[in-house]
Amino acid sequence: MPELITFIFLSIVALVSAVMVITRHNAVHSAIWLIGTLFAVGGIFLLQHAEFLFAVQIILYVGGIMVLFLFVVMLVDIDVAMKQARYARQWQVAFVTALLLVAILGYALYNHGTGLNLPARPMGAAPALNTQAVGSALYQNYMLPTEIASLLLLVAMVGAVIMAKRKLQ
Amino acid sequence: MMHTEYYIFLSSALFTIGVIGVLTRRNVLIILMSIELILNAVNINLVALSQYFKSVDGQVFAIFVITDAAAEAAVGLGLIIALFRNKETVNADEIDLLKW
Repeated sequence: MPELITFIFLSIVALVSAVMVITRHNAVHSAIWLIGTLFAVGGIFLLQHAEFLFAVQIILYVGGIMVLFLFVVMLVDIDVAMKQARYARQWQVAFVTALLLVAILGYALYNHGTGLNLPARPMGAAPALNTQAVGSALYQNYMLPTEIASLLLLVAMVGAVIMAKRKLQ
Repeated sequence: MMHTEYYIFLSSALFTIGVIGVLTRRNVLIILMSIELILNAVNINLVALSQYFKSVDGQVFAIFVITDAAAEAAVGLGLIIALFRNKETVNADEIDLLKW
């Protein structure tokens, strides 16, 4: 029961902050509400016994990506963006598309009243030490994907520097 | 043990909010933030199902998604800086250089 109460609390925080992110005028406020959503999602990882991902979420998302976002929000001119209308011209089309998405997701989750129909849960215990299990998986079964991901980060870093550079020599 | 369905409902709701943000907002920065919301919704889904199947594979995929999110944020924000320098705007409606 305490698990359910924690889950409901974290879900409300995540969803309310997410709605605030997409409705605020000021991009700085949006960024701060996004931090709330990211923290709540981190709490949900913790609730699911994914301790390593919780740490990654806090360090990388809240600590890294959000600082990057706030930097860029401060670099571009907020006053100009504040005076303009919040929503794009095509908001009616967007509304219909979103309704369609809700209908499709609802249909998939409802599934003629049978719910999700997940396959049977495997027997046996979950790995007790989450960080150890994730680390072994990353460096044994997922060795090549991990290397490709590190290469992707390098390319993204070089790309970001080249994009933001004033003039290319 | 809680129902995995609850997590998937939460993930769908967060995904939908992110999609609405991408489709309706004008500010490019907030469109990028909505993409982060979508990626977080995907991560909730991956972690919930990884817990359900008692395997860490889903969590490893969530780590790759976070890596992609970091790369996407770095390149996207670099693009926004370059765009703001050239066009003095972060409004998605005014970015129409390829339109005629």
